[in-house]
Parts: sequence; C-alpha cells; structure tokens
Amino acid sequence: MSDARANILARLRAAPRTAPPERPDWTPPVFGEGRLERFRAMLGSVHGEVVETTLAAWPERLAALLAERGVRRVLYGPAAPVGAQLGRAWMADADAPTLVPYDRSIEEMKAELVHTVEAGVTSVRWGIAETGSLVLWPDAAEPRLMSLLPPLHVAVMAASGLHDSLAQLVAEQGWAGAMPTNALLISGPSKTADIEQTLAYGVHGPKELLVLVLTDQ
Amino acid sequence: MGAEPQAAAGNDFTARAPKALNDPTLRANFRRAMDGLMSKRAAQFADTPAWEALRARGAAAKARVLARLPELLVELEENCRANGIEVHWAESIPEANAIVLEILRAAGARTVIKGKSMVSEEMELNHHLAAHGIQAVESDLGEYIIQLAGEAPSHIVMPCIHKNKAEIAQLFAERIPGLGYTEDVDALTAAARAELRGRFAAADAGISGVNFAVAETGTLVLVENEGNGRLSTTLPPLHIALMGIEKLVETLEDLPPLLALLPRSATGQHITTYVNMITHPRRPGELDGPEKVHLVLLDSGRSRVFGDDQLRDTLRCIRCGACMNHCPVYSRVGGHTYKFVYPGPIGKILTPQLEGLDCAGDQPHASTLCNACVEVCPVKIPIADILVRLREESVRPGHSGAVKGGGARRSWLETLSWRGWMLIYSRPWMGRLAAWGMTRFGNLLPERLPLLKAWTSVRAKPRFAAKSLHELAREQGYCDE
Repeated sequence: MSDARANILARLRAAPRTAPPERPDWTPPVFGEGRLERFRAMLGSVHGEVVETTLAAWPERLAALLAERGVRRVLYGPAAPVGAQLGRAWMADADAPTLVPYDRSIEEMKAELVHTVEAGVTSVRWGIAETGSLVLWPDAAEPRLMSLLPPLHVAVMAASGLHDSLAQLVAEQGWAGAMPTNALLISGPSKTADIEQTLAYGVHGPKELLVLVLTDQ
Repeated sequence: MGAEPQAAAGNDFTARAPKALNDPTLRANFRRAMDGLMSKRAAQFADTPAWEALRARGAAAKARVLARLPELLVELEENCRANGIEVHWAESIPEANAIVLEILRAAGARTVIKGKSMVSEEMELNHHLAAHGIQAVESDLGEYIIQLAGEAPSHIVMPCIHKNKAEIAQLFAERIPGLGYTEDVDALTAAARAELRGRFAAADAGISGVNFAVAETGTLVLVENEGNGRLSTTLPPLHIALMGIEKLVETLEDLPPLLALLPRSATGQHITTYVNMITHPRRPGELDGPEKVHLVLLDSGRSRVFGDDQLRDTLRCIRCGACMNHCPVYSRVGGHTYKFVYPGPIGKILTPQLEGLDCAGDQPHASTLCNACVEVCPVKIPIADILVRLREESVRPGHSGAVKGGGARRSWLETLSWRGWMLIYSRPWMGRLAAWGMTRFGNLLPERLPLLKAWTSVRAKPRFAAKSLHELAREQGYCDE
C-alpha cells in the first residue's frame, strides 16, 4: 500500500511541470435590499416554501402549519436554542404535535427516525440568496439526520443570517479554518428526475421543505 | 487501415452503432432527454459574459490543481488524516477493490449501501464484492433501476436515461413485490423509497464517490439531489469514499465557482438539492454520522495521462456530462455503444488513455470533431485537440509512449498510401500527372477499394470534377506561379 503511494507520487513528480495559472477575476452576484426576495424566489423555484414570522411567534405558527398537514410526530433537538424554545412553547399547548427528542445515538433511535417521525425541526446557520440555499452545520444538539430522514424538514432561519453567495460566506466567515464534521447546503426537498426527466419529490429525503424566516432577527 | 489491425485495435464501435441507430425507442429516449438537458443548460448560461467569466475561473481552479497535483495529494492526505479520515492509495483497480474489501471485512460488514460513484463503476466494485459474499445495493434511483435490470449506466449523470417510463414500470412490476404495473412517476419513486429505506437502515457500510476533495481542509464534497448520498455517508457506521486522484480543488475558495458550474452544466439546475461537505467522522458527543471514514485514492492510469502536458488536460474533468448531452454522436447512439464506463466525448479521450489505444482505439474516431463538446465544457478541456492527438498516437510509428497501446492502429497499407501521397505532392510534375489521372479516371475507382471503403461504407463516394482547379485556372489565364 505504501508502495502504491510512492509509485503514484513518483510518476506524478516525474511529469513535466507547468506554472499554475492565476485565478481570473470572478465576482459573485450581490443583491442588497433584494436579498430576501431573491432567496424566496430561488427556493420557491425548487419547491421550497418560505414563511415569514418572528422569534416570539414561530412555534405557534409552526403548530398551525403542521396541523394543516396532519403532522403529529416532530423530531427536535432539545439542547439547541431552536429546540429548547419549541419545547417550552409546545409544552403549554395541549393540541401541539408530539415532540420526539433526538437525544440518543442513531444506533438507539434508528427505527423511530427511519420509519416513524413525520417532521424534523432544525436551525439554519446562514442562508444564501443567490441559490436559495440553507447552510446547516449539524452538531451534537442538532444531528445530521434531522434534516434528512423525516418526510418534512422545517428550518428556522434568522433573516440577518442571509448572505448573497456561498463565495461571500466562505470568505467572510472563515470557513477554511473551521470546517465542522459536516457542512450542508440544502436547496429544496429531496428530488429526482431519473425517470424520463420527470421531477418527483421525496425520493430519499424530505418530500417537503418549510423555511421559517424570522424577520425580526 | 488494414482489416486485421482494425480488429486488433478494438474497432467495434462502428459495428455496434447500427444496433442503436436502428432502435427507434432508444433513439427517442435519448433525443427527448438530450433536448431537455441542452435547453435547461442554455437557460442557466443565458448571460454569455457571466458564463465566460465563471468558466474561466473554474478552468483555472482545475488547471491549478494539475499544476500542483503531487503536492496537493499529499496536502489532502495530511489534512484528511488530521481530521480522522483514513487515506488509502491504489495504483490499479484490483488494488482498490482489495482495499475496499479489506476495510469491509475488518468491520465485519455484509451489506453495503452505495451512493452514485463512477469510480466504483470503473472498478466494477459491486461484482467484486458480490464474489466475496458482500451485497452492494445502489441507492441513486437511476443506479437502482439499472441494477435491477442488470445493466450498466448509459450516462454519467443520469444512468438510466436510455429507459423510458413504460420500461421502468415493467421492471418495477416484475421486481418489486406488491407493486403492480404503474407509469405514475410519483408512485414509482415512492416504491423505490420504500424498498431502499430498509436497506439504508440495515447497511453495515456506505460507499460513495467524491465530486471535489478540498486539499486545504481535507473535506470531501458530494453533490446530489436525492439525499441518498447523504444517507449513504451518514446512516451506516462506516463510510468509504472513492475518488480518482485528479478530483481535487486547492482551497475552499475554489469551490463556489465550480459548484456554480457543475449542476448548471449537468442538468440545468442552479444548484443541486444537497451539497454535502464531509470533514470528520463522528466526533465525541455527536449522535450520528459514521464512526469511521476511509478515502481511497485511485490512480488506474491517471498518472500516465498526467505525464503528457497536453493530454493532462483530460484530468480537469468535473464529470458534468454536458459534452455528451451536446454530442451529435452520443445523442444518436447512446452510452452503451461506447462499451466502456465513460461514454461520449470525455469517454472518447479518457477511455483510450486509461484502457490503452490497443483496446479502445476506436473511441477517438467516434467523433465528427464538430467542437460542440469544447464549447460547452465548463472547465475548457480541449477535447477536439486531444481527440486528434490520440488519433495521431494510435498510428504513430515507434510511438512516443505517451499513451498506452500507442501505434496499435498503424497499418502498412495506410502508411504506404501516405508515403505515396508525399512522394507525388512533393514533385510538381507528378502532382499534375496524378490530378490529370484522377479527373479522367478517378470516378472509375471501385467503392470497395481498401482505405476508400472506410469512407464509402457510410458515405457517398466523392465525385471527381472533369478538370482540376489548376487546369481551370490556367484556361482562365491565371499564372501558375
């Protein structure tokens, strides 16, 4: 195995060298005041739904949106700020959906996560207006599969977290020095066009993506 | 080209093509798909100056990788190791298969769920694992369909593009218990989801490809729409990622322009549903993600391609498939006619270099050199120039060694003919005599004449004019000088 490494590198090093070209100028787009509108339009174009609400009102608003859809079992991260607020708000509401905490390892919770939860609620670290994307950096409090296994993904995003482009985020937020276990860009629900280029949603991940934008945050 | 050397050079593309060309269902399936993909891509790049700027940036990012490839591979390895990702190097396909098998055996894995990976197709990994008692299930819907059908992918992005709804409905009705015949795409998709959910949950390991590996941070980037890639790399306790040694980027800063090029070129989407960036295995306190992540770096001929500074540009490819979508040959004959894993224009330059001109020498000739692929390539690979170069390498005497199997298509008849041509046209009197002879007697040449036959078997024989241009010019009073 170490031979393979040495042999491959030796062949590559023996090849003629060329000077690396400069990176030509390329400016990613900027949206200014139109940022939220762009985000909403782009996410809408890939079947994502944006609902504007506020920090105080979103848990109640979400309960109503889930009631419309008949969703009863909701996966949440009790240790995350979004999850903690949801827990407090819904505890007082007898009609609210049942909250399922993601507080044990996937090995212990597999059956529930794979087959029974109907929605997962996560926070969003940043949003990207250019492509209508959510940036999630899952962690111990909000694990990776929360945004993937349930048929409905609810994402709670502060309006101030919206950026113009991925290029801007990577540079301004210093991603290179701080990459998490898993960083995700999510743009719409899971989809496929493998059968005759006909779009179908929810092939492996969520069938529906609901983004709650907190306009006062 | 004599008859024997042709056969030895694996010249059966021409023999296979009529089968596809005479299959109206296949032709219709490809035509519909290619038209859709081309128009969606065109809509994404309607702003030509913006596209050119973006493309220049993307091409430079990949050219920079090739300028520093050995250093970047070492940097990637160091950063991955520091992140807890184990890195393996494989010179050949058997070596890569052995590495994967060994990792799976050490973990006691019996079932594997796979995300889409062209490198794993190159390795024929599923066969290899099955031969050793490990079941690998494809989870990308298109790959799942062709696995059920026992076929190979016909497109690098949309593997079952050759099949229509009715064919898939029939396949599912036969192979998925409890599902009747339905052409409803939502119902077919839901059936696949239900079948595969359990497979994901039960899998001992997940195997994926890699779209971009970031040397600077040791991050593996996967783009996809379905979520099967995320599931394969998150739910099972073990993740094995497979990549060719060229699929790197230097820095995270190089990622946004390439992510803006790949899905727009491939499927006309402004971004894929998921961009999945994996930097560590599950860390203490985290509740999901694989405990172990392995990265297998496969050479399998790539370092040889890298050895020639023109052919090297082949390795810029980001596997978007735009070249095949726009290829007048691919869109008519489909992916299976190429016989090898990578079809279309990129396949025509990559396959002969990886497999050798002696067994894939027909591929560079399956082209009209129309340049459509070059115009749409998001990283500016000079595909047409490389096609011409490979044609030269395949007939070059005492070949340069740049390409495996070089000189394999050289034949005495063709060599002799070109010698004769050179002799005649370096002597004006002989040239004049030959032109006179051709205009008077050229039309009497039988169509089935060796060499001429290669042209006339699929095209009308050219007709010689009654007088040569020189004769006509002289009659009009132009001076010969």
